[in-house]
Amino acid sequence: MKLDLILRVTTKAILPFILLFALYVHFHGDYGPGGGFQAGVIAAGMVILYSIVFGVEAAQRVISQRLVATMVPLGVLIYGATGVISFLYGANYLDYGVLGHDSKHGHHLGILLVESGVIITVAGTMTAIFYAFVQRGR
Amino acid sequence: MQALDAIVQNYNYAITVFLMVSGLYIVIASGNMIKKIVGLSLFQTSVYLLYISAGKILGGTAPIIDRNYTIYSNPLPHVLILTAIVVGIATVALGLAIVARIHEEYGTIEEDEIFKETGL
Amino acid sequence: MELYINMALLTMLAAVTVAIIVQRDLFSVVILSGIYSFLMASVLIVLDAVDVAMTEASVGAGISTVVLIGTLYLTGQKRELNYHRSIAVPLFVSLGTGAMLIWGTWGLPAFGIQDAPVHTHIAPTFLLESIPETGVPNVVTTVLADYRSFDTFGETTVIFTAGLGVMLLLGGSRRKKKKGETKS
Repeated sequence: MKLDLILRVTTKAILPFILLFALYVHFHGDYGPGGGFQAGVIAAGMVILYSIVFGVEAAQRVISQRLVATMVPLGVLIYGATGVISFLYGANYLDYGVLGHDSKHGHHLGILLVESGVIITVAGTMTAIFYAFVQRGR
Repeated sequence: MQALDAIVQNYNYAITVFLMVSGLYIVIASGNMIKKIVGLSLFQTSVYLLYISAGKILGGTAPIIDRNYTIYSNPLPHVLILTAIVVGIATVALGLAIVARIHEEYGTIEEDEIFKETGL
Repeated sequence: MELYINMALLTMLAAVTVAIIVQRDLFSVVILSGIYSFLMASVLIVLDAVDVAMTEASVGAGISTVVLIGTLYLTGQKRELNYHRSIAVPLFVSLGTGAMLIWGTWGLPAFGIQDAPVHTHIAPTFLLESIPETGVPNVVTTVLADYRSFDTFGETTVIFTAGLGVMLLLGGSRRKKKKGETKS
């Protein structure tokens, strides 16, 4: 147990930076490479790293299975609801032009909302797949 | 010189064909289901290469608009393949989950042993 | 220059593929497929597809390898067993497919030229309209989440469905444990 001290301390130290990088990739996806899909996978990678080093029970105390199971449909709902909001403003489904005070800002906001839906679903699904495989083995 | 030029021009397509054929070969020839799934993902990946090669413009840059550049590679194949990669991992994960269940049911992931057991 | 980097990386990709074919140790196959994904990500960067390369590196080399190792752990199988299967049929089928694919590539435009048909239809519109219409410089994000957002909605649903499928397949209790109980 003592031998993996360095592993444990380093993992604890880099975990917040992995999450920060995921959020950077998500919110900077408009200006550089990245977006919801990549950010979701990186965020799931953080949970996977934590479970590999500290055990899956420790990870599930932080990110419970119930939370993960909620995230999977929640992202799809956010995506779908963005389209419904455009409906309510009198535009076509997923036409973001009406979301902001002018068309350009509306499109930018719409892209961000939709990508938020994607990151939640992808992060949730990848974590759920990992949990499912690990828990089957015990 | 002309022959060398022809090789350089068609190298991406040649490797795409090779990867696709190898993936297909693994899927058919290997009896092990995990290796079959790896072959399936090789097959998928060759398609990514074909699409992205078609979208490339020599001397161009990545499709992120900037004042200093005028030639950009085609963004449309990138979007299609971004979609395909994530769908690819979804199908691979589902396939592997089925493999794990097959192992619980039959105690093996070798095709031939399952055929022997069920008498097919 | 980029042409030769591209060719070198593609040659390494082909070498890793040959290694995957001949390797019988399953753990090696899984790790080789991770190496393959990283090489593919490097090729994609050379081919200007930075978003795709990022996805391939995180999904193909990261999650895919984790899930494959998870399956190895669940099944406990270390090697592919040798059953003296005939390789004639698979070889014939795959080489036949290869011949047809090579025949198909003859009609393709040369690699990397600017006036290929694929670059003339809708891509210039995307590149020109992205900043004025949405203010987003990354055209891939614009096309993904705006111009083709129905497509992405469908894809998110596919991921949702796959997650649901894996949870249903692996989430319940094992049947073997219940065998001792009486079937009512």
